[in-house]
Amino acid sequence: MSSHVFRGRVWKFGDNVTTDEIIPGRYRFKTDDIGEWAKHVLEGADPEFPKKVRPGDVVVAGKNFGSGSSREPAPLVIKHAGISAVIAKSFARIFFRNAINVGLPVVICEQLPDVTEAGDVVEVDLEKGMVRNLTKSVEFAATKIPNFLMQILMDGGLVEHIRKRGGAVWQDIG
Amino acid sequence: MGKTIAEKLLSRAAGKDVSAGDIVVASIDLAMTHDGSGHLAIRAMKSMGGERVWDPSKVKIVIDHVAPSAFDRTSDIHNELREFAHQQEVQLYDVGSGICHQLMIEDHVCPGMLAVATDSHTCSYGALGAFGTGIGATEMGAVLMLGKLWFMVPETIKIVLSGSPPPLTLPKDIVLFVAGEVGVDGATYRAIEYEGDAVREMSVSGRITLCNMAVEMGAKTGFVSTDEKTREYLAKVGRESCFQEVTPDPDAEYHDVIELEVDGLEPVVACPSQVDNVRAVAEVDDVEVNQVFIGSCTNGRLEDLLIAAQILDGKRVHPSVRAIVIPASRRVFLEALKLRVIEKLAKAGCVIAPPGCGPCAGAHMGVLGKGEVCVSTSNRNFVGRMGSPDAKVYLASPATAAASALTGRITDPREVLNR
Repeated sequence: MSSHVFRGRVWKFGDNVTTDEIIPGRYRFKTDDIGEWAKHVLEGADPEFPKKVRPGDVVVAGKNFGSGSSREPAPLVIKHAGISAVIAKSFARIFFRNAINVGLPVVICEQLPDVTEAGDVVEVDLEKGMVRNLTKSVEFAATKIPNFLMQILMDGGLVEHIRKRGGAVWQDIG
Repeated sequence: MGKTIAEKLLSRAAGKDVSAGDIVVASIDLAMTHDGSGHLAIRAMKSMGGERVWDPSKVKIVIDHVAPSAFDRTSDIHNELREFAHQQEVQLYDVGSGICHQLMIEDHVCPGMLAVATDSHTCSYGALGAFGTGIGATEMGAVLMLGKLWFMVPETIKIVLSGSPPPLTLPKDIVLFVAGEVGVDGATYRAIEYEGDAVREMSVSGRITLCNMAVEMGAKTGFVSTDEKTREYLAKVGRESCFQEVTPDPDAEYHDVIELEVDGLEPVVACPSQVDNVRAVAEVDDVEVNQVFIGSCTNGRLEDLLIAAQILDGKRVHPSVRAIVIPASRRVFLEALKLRVIEKLAKAGCVIAPPGCGPCAGAHMGVLGKGEVCVSTSNRNFVGRMGSPDAKVYLASPATAAASALTGRITDPREVLNR
């Protein structure tokens, strides 16, 4: 698999998963140790999730994933827990930007969540913009994101992207 | 084709004519960060190779989320922010100054501006006709270094609020009613323009409440067109010279127009655990309450404290309730002291805490325990938002919150003021 193809076991979530369910204030303010935060990742939505999740797993969710706060630790902690990608019907806008900026692959696909169950194996091909449920043998096109955002994601996030380009960013859109 | 407010403001900031759907790079007029994420933004800027902020006069840092500090690690973060502000010659608002958004609106936001901050409720600035939107810490690192950011020009939903609400139906009830109609993702990626006679009649404080909660419907930002009330507000805070008219063109194109009638609207609450789970207070008035919080960037202003004091004056908070009152800024605190509002609230048994975010984000000053119920004038009732994931938060107006503090159960304010 190329570095832009991810295959993993699915954890399934519903609609409107909030940033407080991903990483609530009662943990977030006490420390800025991401390892500590990761012990509570998505605990508000599934209390057992931090114990069950394994590196490479994929989160599949309904609409409006990451709703609420602008807190970047939300996508960061999901990435740190080893989740290789989040596929959702839609994302809250700040979460979506943050995920790309910290290099967490986020994929918008209306159809895949409806046919995917926990434990299925899915594959994400970022470059081709395709998602596949290998367990159910179905394949869907993901919503295309602008090329410059894909570049940020491919570079591993906005810090790496800007470093690589010495501050000369977003020129193709400005 | 005419332009919406969002299209006009982003056209100006991008230096070219843009329309909904365009992706643009725009110059930032105001960049704010706080102790919830400012340290991450600073570290991101440094990792990107940035040494100095692009324009110190346009950067503000506020210590408000856990202020005064409740944890040693937070104290270290506060010191990191103080040191950075000093070294970069950036204005810092320290502990007790107030909530970041209230401070930006009082001291810095002008109609027409493009403002970003590491906080989702930056959308509040639209109450003065500015484009304010929340961004993450890494993006803020880029803004601090470069002074610009990419934006997708949003489509706009126009929400027309007509009629005049009954006396104890407040702007908070109206915006919760709107959220119930639009849904928590009904405005995702879009801007909201609030229009109609109910909005024209509303104070700037009430308009801030409306715009503050635009993000609770998924919106990028919310706007109210400027008018004489905007000018008067700016004059009151000593900044009348920055007034300019910001309105949409009459032939602007909208994604959707939603018309809502607020005549006869009853006080409402947003029940756990989503902001669009809105019901009439009367439907949930048997729910017992452990804590009441009156404050936050949504409802911590003078008129919010005034209505609470009117309800609690000469009475006592119910013995099973902790009532926490937090003015949104030092200016609000001083005005409330002068009008003896703080005295009335304290005499009634309220706990008065220093200006800041308080328990809204679940870090300190009233973190909820297992099974507890809080009636809060803040903006989020999510699972785990204000403490235990087993706690329940009901979002309400300051009148409903004060009435509930009095009786110990969720209470329609009309019930106690008619007594």
